[in-house]
Amino acid sequence: MENKQTPLGHIGFSIFAWIVGLLIFFPIFWMVLTSFKTELEAVSIPPSFISFDWTLENYAEVQARSDYFRFAMNSVILSVGSTLVGLLFAVPCAWAMAFNPTKRTKDALLWMLSTKMMPPVGVLVPIYLVFRDWGLLDTRFGLIMVLFLMNLPIMVWMLYTYFKEIPSDILEAARMDGATLPKEIIFVLLPMAVPGIASTMLLNIILAWNEAFWTLNLTTADAAPLTAFIASYSSPEGLFWSKLSAASTLAVAPILIIGWFSQKQLVRGLTFGAVK
Amino acid sequence: MGAIRLEKVKKTFGTLDVIPGVDLDINDGEFVVFVGPSGCGKSTLLRLIAGLEDVTDGKILINGVDVANEAPAKRGLSMVFQSYALYPHMTVYNNIAFGLKMAGESKAVIDEKVQNAAKILNLTDYLERRPGALSGGQRQRVAIGRAIVRNPAAFLFDEPLSNLDAALRVNMRLEITGLHQELKTTMIYVTHDQVEAMTMADKIVVLQAGRVEQVGKPMDLYNNPANKFVAGFIGSPKMNFIGGDYAKKHDCHEIGIRPEHVAVSTESGDLPATVKIAEHLGAETYLHVNAGGFGPMTVRATGEVPLGEHDKIWLTPEQDRIHRFDANGIALGKL
Repeated sequence: MENKQTPLGHIGFSIFAWIVGLLIFFPIFWMVLTSFKTELEAVSIPPSFISFDWTLENYAEVQARSDYFRFAMNSVILSVGSTLVGLLFAVPCAWAMAFNPTKRTKDALLWMLSTKMMPPVGVLVPIYLVFRDWGLLDTRFGLIMVLFLMNLPIMVWMLYTYFKEIPSDILEAARMDGATLPKEIIFVLLPMAVPGIASTMLLNIILAWNEAFWTLNLTTADAAPLTAFIASYSSPEGLFWSKLSAASTLAVAPILIIGWFSQKQLVRGLTFGAVK
Repeated sequence: MGAIRLEKVKKTFGTLDVIPGVDLDINDGEFVVFVGPSGCGKSTLLRLIAGLEDVTDGKILINGVDVANEAPAKRGLSMVFQSYALYPHMTVYNNIAFGLKMAGESKAVIDEKVQNAAKILNLTDYLERRPGALSGGQRQRVAIGRAIVRNPAAFLFDEPLSNLDAALRVNMRLEITGLHQELKTTMIYVTHDQVEAMTMADKIVVLQAGRVEQVGKPMDLYNNPANKFVAGFIGSPKMNFIGGDYAKKHDCHEIGIRPEHVAVSTESGDLPATVKIAEHLGAETYLHVNAGGFGPMTVRATGEVPLGEHDKIWLTPEQDRIHRFDANGIALGKL
């Protein structure tokens, strides 16, 4: 493809991209910065940029006031758990849609995705009542179910686009070789789809990790993940900016690090099939 | 042992009759080629036999047992795909061994069979490689290896050579023919290339629009095509068809004469013609000519013929090689 770019245009684009990137990154940067300030400096106007007394006392206090690791452990269990349960359902579902499509497959996919368009608050009351009556409130199991169901459409959709790229000849060859359906999926389809499955898992762990609506509404203590941990710092006592920032930094750090190391995988997963 | 019999095998996709009903007998050890233009249903027919498509109606008997409703693996057939369809994440060894593993064979048996297949196919040095590190011809051999080890009742080949370049294709053609002579197992081979059909087959099945046009030995189809379609499809370059008065002289609607059965002379003959294009191949020369009222024709002259554009020549069809067809394109037999 001919796509000539003048050096000047190239520089212009680079500058633009950097500006956008910094704009997106700035709130996170500011949050990390604030977490090292005292409460007084955090609200001072004009804000101090680098020249303030760096302190770790916010982190110490946050850890002392609430058990970070318990919340973090819940976050890990909920995000990884919901993703694994999701895979159990999404893989066969995407297999069926990719390799045995019917006239209605596209409609079914679109319908599944359309459930994501509804505001979650619309089903809050029924789900809350179900949780209350079944004793699922503030349980990890209950939340895993909600998070898994919430992300299932995206998992199916992502895996479907991946599976579509796998030549069906290879699966037919496995069938001729005597593989039963489970063996065909486990020994042939899954190993070939590892990159797609990895990025699907990654995205869903991130989505589940960051999910705040259901985790806040359906938990109190036992199953509360890091989202609840952050929320507990914007509390009746008033806003404590630097402690809130410290808590938020602690909450986003793990997922940020995972995301940083796997960004290549993630980008490939999200754009798969879009360009050939 | 692998005798296959199709009885009124039908396949419809929605309202589309892909295979309206095929009857066919394939004897044990035969090399049968399904040939026809693209979209004629030859691959679908093969996939029906393999079990990768469900039959709409009819019976598929393998050694006398109806397998039409059996899973592919239960039919005891092996298939080689056009795209090779190797498992990209497995080594050559594991690719070949996969079917045996699925059948629950012991490690020792698997190893013996894989090594044996690798020896036959010259793959011994490549067993630890992955398909991505192999050339097209080697990949094709792995696909064949995977088929051989299962010791099938019959091999099914779905246009296995169409992804290879011309030189390699000729080699693989010979290898597959050699393999058939060695193994003496029934083989069903699908191709759109009539040269492959002619050179490899014991029996050719010519298909068009899901119907069997003719079944026979290669030379039978060449010498006695049942209709105009088969006459035009088998043989290269294509048979010339001439209607009008020249056909009336032979008491039919249209005659067909192969390019190699027309004598070329610069002095005298039946039909006057002008050369449009001459293709000099050394061993033979194809002349694309304009034969006056008979329209364009192709004739083949052996050896080097010093003819070129605008040269006037005379053509004389060999009378005992003329095929006669009625208005429906059905062969009438020779005069």
